[in-house]
Amino acid sequence: MSNAVSAPKKGGFLAGTANYLDERVGVAGILKEFGRKVFPDHWSFMLGEVALYSFLVLLLSGTFLTFFFQPSMEPVIYEGVYGPLKGAEMSIAYASTLDISFEVRGGLLMRQVHHWSALLFVAAAGLHMLRVFFTGAFRKPREINWLVGVVLFVLGMGGGFTGYSLPDDLLSGNGLRIIDGMIKGVPVVGAYISSLLFGGEFPGEAIVARLYGLHILLIPALILIFIVIHLFMVVIHKHTHYSGPGRKDSNVVGYPLMPVYVAKAGGFFFIVFGVIALIAATFTINPVWNYGGYDPSPVSAGTQPDWYIGWADGALRLAPSHLEVTAGGVTWSWNILLPIIVLVIFLALVALYPFIEAWVTGDKREHHVLDRPRNAPTRTAIGAAGVTFYAVLWAGAATDLIATNFKLSLNQVLTSMQILLILGPIFAYIVTKRTCLSLQRKDREIVLHGRETGRIVRLPHGEYVEIHEPLDEFEQWKLVDFVDYAPTLARPNSKGKITVAARMRSALSRFYFEDRIAPVTQGELDAAHHDHAAVESAPKKAVTSKKATPKKK
Amino acid sequence: MSDKSIASTGSHEPEHEYSAGLATIAADAVVDPGMEPHRVRMTDKSKKHEKAAARQVAAFFFASIFGSAFAIYAYFAFPLTEDLGTVRNNTLWLGLGIALGLLGIGIGAVHWAKTLMPDAEVSEERHMARGSEEVRARAIEIVRLADSESGFSRRKLIRRSLYGALALFPLPAIMIFGDLGPNPGDSLRHTMWKKGTRLAKDPSGLPIKASDVTLGSVFHVIPEGLSELEHHKLEEKAKAAVLLVRLDPADLKESDERKDWSYDGIVAYSKICTHVGCPVALYEQHTHHLLCPCHQSTFDVTDECKVVFGPASRPLPQLPITVDAEGYLIAQSDFTEPVGPSFWER
Repeated sequence: MSNAVSAPKKGGFLAGTANYLDERVGVAGILKEFGRKVFPDHWSFMLGEVALYSFLVLLLSGTFLTFFFQPSMEPVIYEGVYGPLKGAEMSIAYASTLDISFEVRGGLLMRQVHHWSALLFVAAAGLHMLRVFFTGAFRKPREINWLVGVVLFVLGMGGGFTGYSLPDDLLSGNGLRIIDGMIKGVPVVGAYISSLLFGGEFPGEAIVARLYGLHILLIPALILIFIVIHLFMVVIHKHTHYSGPGRKDSNVVGYPLMPVYVAKAGGFFFIVFGVIALIAATFTINPVWNYGGYDPSPVSAGTQPDWYIGWADGALRLAPSHLEVTAGGVTWSWNILLPIIVLVIFLALVALYPFIEAWVTGDKREHHVLDRPRNAPTRTAIGAAGVTFYAVLWAGAATDLIATNFKLSLNQVLTSMQILLILGPIFAYIVTKRTCLSLQRKDREIVLHGRETGRIVRLPHGEYVEIHEPLDEFEQWKLVDFVDYAPTLARPNSKGKITVAARMRSALSRFYFEDRIAPVTQGELDAAHHDHAAVESAPKKAVTSKKATPKKK
Repeated sequence: MSDKSIASTGSHEPEHEYSAGLATIAADAVVDPGMEPHRVRMTDKSKKHEKAAARQVAAFFFASIFGSAFAIYAYFAFPLTEDLGTVRNNTLWLGLGIALGLLGIGIGAVHWAKTLMPDAEVSEERHMARGSEEVRARAIEIVRLADSESGFSRRKLIRRSLYGALALFPLPAIMIFGDLGPNPGDSLRHTMWKKGTRLAKDPSGLPIKASDVTLGSVFHVIPEGLSELEHHKLEEKAKAAVLLVRLDPADLKESDERKDWSYDGIVAYSKICTHVGCPVALYEQHTHHLLCPCHQSTFDVTDECKVVFGPASRPLPQLPITVDAEGYLIAQSDFTEPVGPSFWER
């Protein structure tokens, strides 16, 4: 290695530094390995980047806030500059949050940068998950990385909630009150866990400091570790790419890390940070001074959690009345347990989906070319159903605001949401699946008969036909390159028995692939072209002649 | 690198063949035409466009320099004073400066990459995650060697005792969290209310006379003396908060055992929701309903605060009240059941 970069005497400072580093940490080898690593380019690949960069912004802005924030629930009399609260008794945590906002230059800005980037982090991570889901990027060999991603999403929600609770204002205190109520509803140990968490009775004087430890140490450390694992696996697998000419499962097509990707991705970090700063400078978020410090008695109407907790809050709201059961001297709070179970099952299904689909298809090959969502109609429809389910829960957290803003009856809004929660996903599933299949048919049509040009030509015998322009081979490839699966029958195993698992797999394979559109084959293509050559030989010439002067018609 | 041959030859070494499962692969599937020919950009074709692009990139970087300098200026030019309007100016101008400083770098770099760096896509081979047969054989060999050298499979006693040790060692780490909080004991069953405690206004703490409570009015109530507590003020308040309403006695549906819990149409109910504990603070006068703003559980004050809507299951506990000799409202006793969210041994 030493002779690879033998220190050039006149190389100047840069070469000297490079040589110094190579002789100590082998930087030349690292650059040789990674410097021209290829990254595919697509706007949807930036969603994960947004999440990563907003996490970095969270670390930076959060570190600034720790220098001023005091996580203590000791009561003090506020004597800061914010007039309306002067003389009020509040916790030190809340008072120091007010001080950051009103007495530290750039303090409010950093608070808002921190809050906005937290909102963005979870949003970007969620959208990134949807991108990965709908394009089938979770397929082998990336199933484990999907799990890492799910863990990151949950950690993101945890990080958000613990941070949201720190200022100890009225709104966040009520959020904690709800958590306390949910914990108490847990069978057998609920009251004990609540007492351990809050250091006695709610609210106690311990919870803010405890959440602070979680929020600034444990959760960010875990997120960081999981991000490292996540990215490490991206390097191992290399990034997926969308279907296109020359893009295969055996290669990766895109731009080299240095210089293009460094400039684009590095620049994009500054853009994400800059946009967050712009939003934080111009839009207020979480004006805690309006709410006052936490007091268990008052509450404001229209209380809302941060957006990513909305679906959990909605689940609580949508639970039907009178679910609680008292039997044998103990209380089963099904009005709390049922929503928790629903949320856990939903997350579990999300986490396990890659394994379910892999089991049904039995496809053990590696997949690096992404699916267009329409080419996996059942998966896309399941995703749409899941999104609808989540969205109804989420909207459920705003039943009161929907009712007041649209002048509807609260009861009717809630009942509609409960019905929508069941019927909405089914409806979304059917509509999405049919739409995907129609789009696939349309693709077939375009491949076989060309693109509609809108030009109408009269044939010599008086017939009018529309000119269809054939696709070039590159366009065509995008429409025919997808994996097609066929349903299977349950087969007896070696002992001659048809197992329950085999039956289930067969039923699921029918559910998945009964309605399917196969990609166009070369044979079909030739046959179609043959027909066209016979019927449309005259208009085809017209196409070529008109190409030079395109007309709008 | 971007030519067809590389893109279509695929892997050189024969790699593992996997089962395709239910995938159907047509014998005459359309063949990948290989990478598209590269389209040349204006900045590649014309010196003029190239120069313009370079100037634009530099302009973004200069904008960034200006933004960062302005942010430093704004830090001093917009100080914070007693006037709260200064917070807005400080946040806005400092933030705008920082945003420009960042966006200038970001947009400039991306513009540079898009217009002036090569935009021909290149193709690189992938390798399966699975190691080659040789590598796998060597890996198995290493594991076997490690096993035989350590005797891990052979020495059952060592192995099993190690499993036992590993299973047990985390337990102390869980136990030491035991002192995070006391056992709840019966703390959830009792509140500050006891026989004779006066009902006081929240937050002033002034006692309430029955004659002050006019028909239809609502009082947010705490036990007298709560404001003077040295410790656990919020914990007590989180259990003892009460809502006081005066109704026309004719509207009240009271069961026999609760007949003397109200005073002349004045009823007092726990303000802590029996769902997850938010304060049930919204009173709808014409329906006599109490609404929890968190999850919209609704309670009927005329009917012993039974749940008429929403996820809550239990009625709000009623505080039995009466008046003392001076006409002040007092509690007859503590609540007769635990207030707030349900718990297992309730």
